[in-house]
Amino acid sequence: MQKFNTLKSIPAYLPIINIDTDMIIPKQFLKTIKRTGLGKNLFFEMRYDNDGKEIKDFTLNNKPFNNSKILITGNNFGCGSSREHAPWALLDFGITCVISSSYADIFYSNCFKNGILPIILKEEKIKEISEYSNRKEEISVDLNDQKIFYGNNEIKFDIDPFKKKCLIEGLDDISLSLEKSKQIDSFEKRLKEKKPWIFND
Amino acid sequence: MPTTLYDKIWNDHLVDQQNDGTSLLFVDRHLIHEVTSPQAFEGLRNSNRKVRHPNLTLAVVDHNIPTTDRSKGINDDDSRIQIETLDKNCKESGIKLFGIHDKRQGIVHIVGPEQGFTQPGTVIVCGDSHTATHGAFGSLAFGIGTSEVEHVLATQTLVQKKAKNFRINVNGKLAIGVTSKDVVLQIIGKIGTAGGTGHVIEYAGSLISDLSVENRMTICNMTIEGGARAGLIQPDQKIFDYLKDRPMSPKNENWDKALKYWKTLKTDSDAMFDKEINFTAEDIVPMVTWGTSPQDVVPIDGKVPNPKNERDIDRRNSMDRSLKYMGLEADIAVKDIKIDTVFIGSCTNGRIEDLREAAQILKNKKKAAHVHAMVVPGSGLVKEQAEQEGLDKIFINSGFEWREPGCSMCLAMNADKLKPEERCASTSNRNFEGRQGRGGRTHLVSPGMAAAAAIAGNLDDVRKYQN
Repeated sequence: MQKFNTLKSIPAYLPIINIDTDMIIPKQFLKTIKRTGLGKNLFFEMRYDNDGKEIKDFTLNNKPFNNSKILITGNNFGCGSSREHAPWALLDFGITCVISSSYADIFYSNCFKNGILPIILKEEKIKEISEYSNRKEEISVDLNDQKIFYGNNEIKFDIDPFKKKCLIEGLDDISLSLEKSKQIDSFEKRLKEKKPWIFND
Repeated sequence: MPTTLYDKIWNDHLVDQQNDGTSLLFVDRHLIHEVTSPQAFEGLRNSNRKVRHPNLTLAVVDHNIPTTDRSKGINDDDSRIQIETLDKNCKESGIKLFGIHDKRQGIVHIVGPEQGFTQPGTVIVCGDSHTATHGAFGSLAFGIGTSEVEHVLATQTLVQKKAKNFRINVNGKLAIGVTSKDVVLQIIGKIGTAGGTGHVIEYAGSLISDLSVENRMTICNMTIEGGARAGLIQPDQKIFDYLKDRPMSPKNENWDKALKYWKTLKTDSDAMFDKEINFTAEDIVPMVTWGTSPQDVVPIDGKVPNPKNERDIDRRNSMDRSLKYMGLEADIAVKDIKIDTVFIGSCTNGRIEDLREAAQILKNKKKAAHVHAMVVPGSGLVKEQAEQEGLDKIFINSGFEWREPGCSMCLAMNADKLKPEERCASTSNRNFEGRQGRGGRTHLVSPGMAAAAAIAGNLDDVRKYQN
């Protein structure tokens, strides 16, 4: 997994609440057996018209937002389907940091598996920072210090320390869990005695 | 300390816990399907890892498959490749698969319970957000992403942090024509689509105990539409009777041991919940959604709401956007909304009781001439049972198409999709923009309400049609 440290970009702002993962990446693109190549279809239905042409007034179709690495959105971002294709599409487009006042649980967890930092801020701060998108000015994110810098301002954000460590070091969850093989073995041994029907053998 | 059912299942599955609360949770049951698993198997291969316990995973094909004649194979190349990939991955790793020609094939959340794979007190996961369905059996069941699917395949565990406890009590009795779908739509309307975020919901109260096992599944299924990853119900005799003698249920001595354990799965009477709300069943009427979020509900005899009455600006903008997408005017009567399509099926309402409920309304009646209507049974076994009861004939005589099992128009990954601006009364779970096809307009309803809409040609009150 790509490590996350600091990031500087003009943020793109989508002021819509309850953006669901169907909106982030619609189902016709879920037929892939790969994790890559989904960026061109990110926000497909808002981004392209029925003839497949780019819709001019959609933010991400326009410079400089077509190169944004930071996305600011309305609350409850990523609700609905568990499809990890949603963070894969964001990542493939180049977005590695999302800023919202809340996220759906599954999407939030999926972000961390893919090196994407989802930051939670209060609504009024979101509005304040989104001004930098309107003005096309860069903001920067420092995960180590847990801070966003915009203009002469800075704001601290909260993040789970373990999730932070995994992002900064680019750690692979599975390797970490496999280090606990002995505990898994002994859990399973106890389970076989206590609940023999689980393994059904 | 008194604990909730969720606390008990959680504690019973802890393999390891770090000081910060990050936990490694054992997974008893893992369901996979063709859409969210290929990249997980690819990940395993790339890192030279094996599936730890193939016998704890069950695979089905459901999201992508055609619901019309399958004897000639699948036309769509991408869909076919996904299905073949699942087949190959399961063969290589020794995972049991109900493939396209197996009569046990069906929607993952219908097949699990039907086979007795779903059991009380277990941790059940699947790369699908409607995994919450299995919580109806008193299990901790939730949807996961593909990276987590890979994690479960490799380790039979999952890294998790504990969620908060949220109890929703529904007491009383439902009026005729009102179903568990209306109950859950009412709940989501009240708590909102993010109301359960960060929580596990326990459904309790006299109504929940009175509900059949299948009706409980409908409620747990839509828990995710209220933002909670998992929703569960304390298991009781109905659950134990349902599971007895299912193909994958515990047998003989193991059954007795399992039953003894299952009977201990209760929330302590003095357990604390972080959040708790109450509903009265008698207050619930047939519901329908008007917008593009499952929280956009209104009673069937109500009106489409007016954004002008909404104070919150983000919410008002969102309502404006929904009305525009749905092609609706504010303040019109819901019953004046004409529909083009009726879809009965999905993991929410594709079980035998759902089909019976719709068939009972449709008996000796015809659908409106302009309506295209289809029934997609949730599994091959549901289909077979319905045919034995003659339900297929009722649907066909009413003018419905009788299809092969799968997810179908609930998410429109196969050929079953709405055209732009087409309006559908659907028993599925999501009315998101584009969910049932680009530009398609979805109104979520119960199976009985879907049948009523088919007859009337517009959204209508099922209570008028009770046979």
